[in-house]
Amino acid sequence: MSTVLTSEYGVENIVKSFGGAKALSGVSLSVQSGEVHCIAGENGSGKSTLIKIMSGVHAPDSGLIRLGERTFTELSPREAVQEGVQVIFQDFSLLPNLTVAENIALPTYILRKSRFLSKAETKDIAAKALELIGVDIDINAPVAEISIASKQLIAIARATNLGVKMLFMDEPTTALTRKEIKRLFEVVEQVRSRGVATVFVSHKIDEIQEICNTITVLRNGEVVADGLMKDFKRDAISNAMTGINVSETRIAPELKKSEKKVIDVKNLTTKPTFSDISFSIAPGEILGVTGLLGSGRTELAEAIFGQYPVNSGEIHVDGKKIQLNSSSQALKAGIGYVPPDRLTQGLFLDQSILRNLVAVDVDQYKSSGGRLSKKRLAEVGDRWIKDLRIKTKNPLNPVSSLSGGNQQRVVLAKWLAMNPHLMILNGPTVGVDIGSKREILEIIRDRAQEGMAFIVVSDDIPELIQICHRVIVIKNGHISKEFSEAELNEEVLYKELS
Amino acid sequence: MDLKKLLLRNETALIVAIVILSVIIGMKSPEFFTLSTLFDIFRSSFVQLLFALGVLVVIVSGGIDVSFPIVGIFSGYSAVVIMQRFNLDTNSLAIPIALAIVIGIALGAVNSIAIASFGIPTLIATLGTTGIFRGLMLTFIGSSFISDIPAGLDKFATADLLKITPAHGTLARLHVLIIPITIITILVSLLLSRTMFGRSVYALGGGVEATRRLGISIKRTQAKVYMLVGGLSGLAGILYVSLQRKANPYDLAGSELDVIAAVVLGGASILGGYGTVFGTVLGVLLISLIKGNLILLGISGSWQRAAVGALLLIAITAQAIGESRKAKNRRVVTNDEAAEK
Repeated sequence: MSTVLTSEYGVENIVKSFGGAKALSGVSLSVQSGEVHCIAGENGSGKSTLIKIMSGVHAPDSGLIRLGERTFTELSPREAVQEGVQVIFQDFSLLPNLTVAENIALPTYILRKSRFLSKAETKDIAAKALELIGVDIDINAPVAEISIASKQLIAIARATNLGVKMLFMDEPTTALTRKEIKRLFEVVEQVRSRGVATVFVSHKIDEIQEICNTITVLRNGEVVADGLMKDFKRDAISNAMTGINVSETRIAPELKKSEKKVIDVKNLTTKPTFSDISFSIAPGEILGVTGLLGSGRTELAEAIFGQYPVNSGEIHVDGKKIQLNSSSQALKAGIGYVPPDRLTQGLFLDQSILRNLVAVDVDQYKSSGGRLSKKRLAEVGDRWIKDLRIKTKNPLNPVSSLSGGNQQRVVLAKWLAMNPHLMILNGPTVGVDIGSKREILEIIRDRAQEGMAFIVVSDDIPELIQICHRVIVIKNGHISKEFSEAELNEEVLYKELS
Repeated sequence: MDLKKLLLRNETALIVAIVILSVIIGMKSPEFFTLSTLFDIFRSSFVQLLFALGVLVVIVSGGIDVSFPIVGIFSGYSAVVIMQRFNLDTNSLAIPIALAIVIGIALGAVNSIAIASFGIPTLIATLGTTGIFRGLMLTFIGSSFISDIPAGLDKFATADLLKITPAHGTLARLHVLIIPITIITILVSLLLSRTMFGRSVYALGGGVEATRRLGISIKRTQAKVYMLVGGLSGLAGILYVSLQRKANPYDLAGSELDVIAAVVLGGASILGGYGTVFGTVLGVLLISLIKGNLILLGISGSWQRAAVGALLLIAITAQAIGESRKAKNRRVVTNDEAAEK
């Protein structure tokens, strides 16, 4: 009988507290070389703390870290790298001003403690690293000029180049399209097959089912489930993560028949980004817009809000034609837009939750003499925090103190406060955990029932099916197909997309 | 590199600007096109260029240093005072230069401590040390004008590599400094492009967190950067004293505008991460050309500072426009990619 030599990586009985709060209480995790392991868990479940302990950022209070033959009670960042632990963070930690080659090769030089570097060798190191994972990217391009998907692959190339034995990937698919995710999975498979213990941190259940062999589910700093992926059903994973039954059934409210149109878009065109886009939305209707990254879906959403230039076409809101290319006109007409990247576009992170909530329409809260009424502000803030179930002790805390799901609710509240006729949500649940996601979708549903119309731009197909009355698919800037409520199912949508 | 990229480069724009400006000045006053004018531009660029190379490194690292003029004159003036007070060999050139560089590095180290150890924002830190250094110099080193600088330094002011007397026109003299300054410029260029320190400086300007995760020490890199600027400023200061043949503790104040303008015109991004030595050299030459020769266009000297200030703003605006255009292009590229798929 032949045995394959594998090594084991992981932790035993790790305890870690911050102040009085226990982040991890006795977590054990074991990953074999050559397998893809999933760590699933909601925000605050202890995933990030675990990664930070394994990469040497935090020292555990007690417990062991096992890296192959060696065990440690704690690691320094340098030791972690030397022992082959690499983490690919969500922001990839790449330097936009340097070339692809330099980004890949610099850590190699640092590890070697070189003082000098040569351009030829830098390129050589990079080319070899990319070849190793079977990826073809122009190594002379500055990282600022390449796509997010390519950045991810570069981060992987860089990690493998450093002799990675255990590779953590933190929410690697968040910003990727289906196609890019497929390519990423091929690369992960390559890395795995060369004996790397790969850890995939994610809460997208479809994806972890597709790529992972084993799984550990964390909740509130404890392991609540682990085992072979194939023994877990979809529901079992989400139940373990949330501790409650979260259903993914459709919640779109019944649509009342109406001849009225909240918005009527006619032949909207900006070549080459999109052309001849026409659709209309009834009051209370939720329209899904999907397409691959780069299909023009985001640009279309921005164009309706007046932020992306439109060359020709017409937009009518409530029967009145509005001026194109002006977001202030769009706002006036009653269109709201929540951008996909809430961190840079939607929120003032260091400002208080309250201030963020009232930022869109400050004029409302003016008292006589033009000063802001503190009392009015506090009332409005309290109402939204209660309405949208934003979890905070104090509305004066900065938004940055909230979890991703709660931040997204602040963005939503901010725009809902204006009571728009049409709300455009671009990626409303990106980076948000399952429990929060459901609640956000419920907020959308409740508003729609009151007659607010929605455009939900997303590449999360299950989400669109849960909430939308209709879905249009954008391909190369055209509407390639429209699915009515009866036609909506995952299979046909994925098929249309790819 | 393809032609289009080459044409769009900042350096190309600078060369074009220099040529156009020269042609305009030359049409107005033909005496502009003489060797003597060229050599004068070089001579007035030496000190500026040394300062600018230091500032380039700081700006690429994502910081700013406004204390370099005072570090320069502090070092230069103190070196002269020390030479006189301790009766050091007045004919020596090496001693005052070495003194000034050491003093410059020491003052740079003070900036390093403020910035790397205490984490004070770079502009505020160097603004603060500017005041401290000035006060210290005027109180403890001296506040009087020194016209009889040591002989070695004095003689060096007229150490010419070439003297050419054309058939018509004035004597053209090329100072010997052209050689060491060229070497230093090349060394800084190599330092930035071929050493881990240099690449760390670019990395730091590109992103602090990502640089830290690479395992590069932010503090150590910053400390080295401000000491390097200090050393270069010290050298610039003593050469300034030598070329001027006087040591005036009130000199150089205000030269930060010219130098920072030159570096930014040269394409260094005020946000950090971008900038080249070649661009900086061209930026310094352009500023020298303007400062020395606007008068030939009938523009009065008092307008020079306004002109340099305006150029600085134009350069920064151009950077901002270029940045947003790039962002737009990026979008089109992703769309094209999508179309191909």
